[in-house]
Amino acid sequence: MPFQTLLITLVALLIFSYFIGHKRSIAVSTLHKGRRNLHSRPHYYGYMVAIWAGLPALLILFLWSAFSASMVTSLTISGLPDSMQLKTHDELGLIINEVKNIIEAGQISNETDLVKRNAAIHYQRLHNISSLAKTVVVLVAALLGLLLSWRMIKPETRARNRVEAVVRWAMIGCASIAVLTTVGIVFSVLFESLHFFQSVPASEFLFGTKWSPQTAIRADQVGGSGSFGAIPLFLGTLLISLIALLIAVPLGLMSAIYLSEYASKRFRAFAKPTLEILAGIPTVVYGFFAALTVAPFLRDVGESMGLSVASESALAAGLVMGIMIIPFVSSLSDDVISAVPQAMRDGAYGMGATQSEAILQVVIPAALPGIVGGVLLAASRAIGETMIVVMAAGLSAKLTINPLEAVTTVTVQIVTLLTGDQEFDSPKTLAAFALGLGLFVITLLLNVLALHIIRKYREEYE
Amino acid sequence: MSETTKKIQQGLKKRYAREKRFRFFGLLSILISFTFLLVLLTTISSKGLPAFQQTYIKLDVLLDEDVLGVNKTSEHQALFAANYGKVIKNSLKTMFPNVKGRKQKRALKNLVSKSAAYDLRDEVIKNPDLLGTTRSFWFLAKDDIDMFMKGKIDRNVPEADRRIKDYQLLWIEQLMTEERLEKRFNTVLFSAGDSREPEQAGLKGAVMGSLFTMLVTFFLSFPIAVAAAAYLEEFAPQNNRWVDMIEININNLAAVPSIVFGLLGLAVYISFFGIPRSTPLIGGLVLALMSLPTIIIASRAAIKSVPSSIKEAAVGLGASPIQVLFQHTLPLAMPGILTGTIIGMAQALGETAPLLMIGMVAFVAEVPSGVMDPSTVMPVQIYLWSDSPERAFTERTSAAIMVLLGFLVLMNLFAIMLRKKFERHW
Repeated sequence: MPFQTLLITLVALLIFSYFIGHKRSIAVSTLHKGRRNLHSRPHYYGYMVAIWAGLPALLILFLWSAFSASMVTSLTISGLPDSMQLKTHDELGLIINEVKNIIEAGQISNETDLVKRNAAIHYQRLHNISSLAKTVVVLVAALLGLLLSWRMIKPETRARNRVEAVVRWAMIGCASIAVLTTVGIVFSVLFESLHFFQSVPASEFLFGTKWSPQTAIRADQVGGSGSFGAIPLFLGTLLISLIALLIAVPLGLMSAIYLSEYASKRFRAFAKPTLEILAGIPTVVYGFFAALTVAPFLRDVGESMGLSVASESALAAGLVMGIMIIPFVSSLSDDVISAVPQAMRDGAYGMGATQSEAILQVVIPAALPGIVGGVLLAASRAIGETMIVVMAAGLSAKLTINPLEAVTTVTVQIVTLLTGDQEFDSPKTLAAFALGLGLFVITLLLNVLALHIIRKYREEYE
Repeated sequence: MSETTKKIQQGLKKRYAREKRFRFFGLLSILISFTFLLVLLTTISSKGLPAFQQTYIKLDVLLDEDVLGVNKTSEHQALFAANYGKVIKNSLKTMFPNVKGRKQKRALKNLVSKSAAYDLRDEVIKNPDLLGTTRSFWFLAKDDIDMFMKGKIDRNVPEADRRIKDYQLLWIEQLMTEERLEKRFNTVLFSAGDSREPEQAGLKGAVMGSLFTMLVTFFLSFPIAVAAAAYLEEFAPQNNRWVDMIEININNLAAVPSIVFGLLGLAVYISFFGIPRSTPLIGGLVLALMSLPTIIIASRAAIKSVPSSIKEAAVGLGASPIQVLFQHTLPLAMPGILTGTIIGMAQALGETAPLLMIGMVAFVAEVPSGVMDPSTVMPVQIYLWSDSPERAFTERTSAAIMVLLGFLVLMNLFAIMLRKKFERHW
């Protein structure tokens, strides 16, 4: 049975088992002097039977479906003749792909290569066995669970407690997905990065100043070995993020000060959500805006002043990114400025300070750790931002800090390396994972640092 | 007046001026941010609005049975395969008999879109009695003609630099005097999938792809996030290492760059579990992980705000903790949870970068009909169109952005409404 049919069958069985569990509990209770002697209310017996019937079967179904493809493939590979076993991992993968294509096209009997033909027959046989076994095992598990739990229903069975225990474990499982995701991210980037560092030494990646990931397909081609020095990428990322912060920090901070200290309630109620709109606009829209409006505008302005501005300048990308992160800076700063106790302002006024003096000399220093934390979070957002730079920054990995030139960033390179038609195991695609690892580590450090600073500050006033 | 007071009064004017300046800079920075927002929205809408209209050309087509090689009694197959492009070409030739040279002839054929032949085919199949007669049909104009009609091509530019040549201008003028050119509401934009030809490209494929992706995201992230939030708020033991780790991880995941989730999807979902790429299923799986932290954080706040007196009353009546949760806490917290979920979904709807990693950038012309069909989503469609060199695509990109922003505004309005309507102060 295909996956969908099996799933639908299981769901139908689940609903059925709920009803027979429900019914059975009532039938059992009437034999034993009425329903009030039942430990739990009847629907809990229904849930119990449904869980017993459904949970193990669903688990088996999902695990089997997730792992069967790779199992069948590896069994097919080990079934190939000995001469083929000596081939490399990549070549074997290629052969398996061909075999799969043969099966999909329905051309097994027309295949002339005997080895592939046998492999195809072998693969299909294994696949059929696996699919049949899956159906049988899943259905047997479901029916067995149904039968066992059905027989368990007695007035004294603690059905509610059993169901609640399962619910509680399910909730713990759901909460743990966050940890699993982090583990998944770390392992996926780390594993592929280690793979990458086997072909390119880590020192070259970290300290090399030349980035041209074009590797040749054949060894005898010109430019056979690409160079993977990531310094220009990180420098470009830093440059664009710095421009963004130079725009976002003053504007965001001043906006926050005005909104929390000067603005009337009505103006604040209108201005704060309006500023938040900037954070809600999808980044691809900013990218389009940067590439189509801001970059040509800057080029024209530059030309009129006699400067040559690249059409994909770092300035355009940084400017638009700065606009995007204004709300991050302003809303976080607003929170911490509002948290500064009124008594501190009153103290300053009592000493004869004007409002701006009180803000600059008392409120801001008191709120500084929180503001720094917010800026760090905004910086991590800028470093990880992808679409704006993909659409508005260039691809040329130049080692420059001139904002009028085109630079490239880590995220741009990840996208370009991974969106082409590439073999998965080439250093070119693996380099993307190494860059991803760098990106993940840097943003993680920034976030941890920012949260640490913010938390430390909060404790002081509570 | 003492020495000190004098000193202070001398400085007062300066200090008040500084105060005013400071205040002005605060207001100015807010206004600058507003200006950015305004410029962004106006440039996009001024570029995108024309795309909601599309130029059509009226042609008198003689549905010659000899040219088509079919007649009224022909089979469906024959009607389907007949050469409708030829009759359209003939109709253009009779209208402009003086066209000479290959280049001009090709330009003449390119007055109407390539889809004209398919439209004509569909008409004939619907009503074979049309064969042998001359009828007027409105056909989609080619993108260059459309751009000219919308004033995007300047006729004062020297001919060599112009997409529309002088002879084409004469044709257009003739068509205009005969009232054969008309701008109508662009239904293609909403009813067609993607296409390489700007005038035939529509958003329907992307909208449906987004819909399926969002469905997968919602059905995965909503139950998981609510369960996680409820556990952390109501059941998690204090000072438990595992619980602390979960909390730290949720906070960190909220700030991990979205592109890293794309790498996770590529390495784990596609390479390890073999889920087919480019499908709404995998897009939804990746976006679900991304929107989890947002929904969990919002749900926790909503669950926390339910007063403990309600829970205690339920416990007093003999409810178990799980019963309290499902029968009292969650229903009361639901408006807040749903608001957070909608905001998380709106973020996911606008997300592009991780979807580029998992193959949703492929060119897909068909409208997907399920979660396993290859498809793209709206933000990725915007990215793809913005990369296309044709001028008409710039216009359509802006229109697509307007549609996407429209959806986001609707979702956020719904969230605000929900909050206003059901918000309770205990």
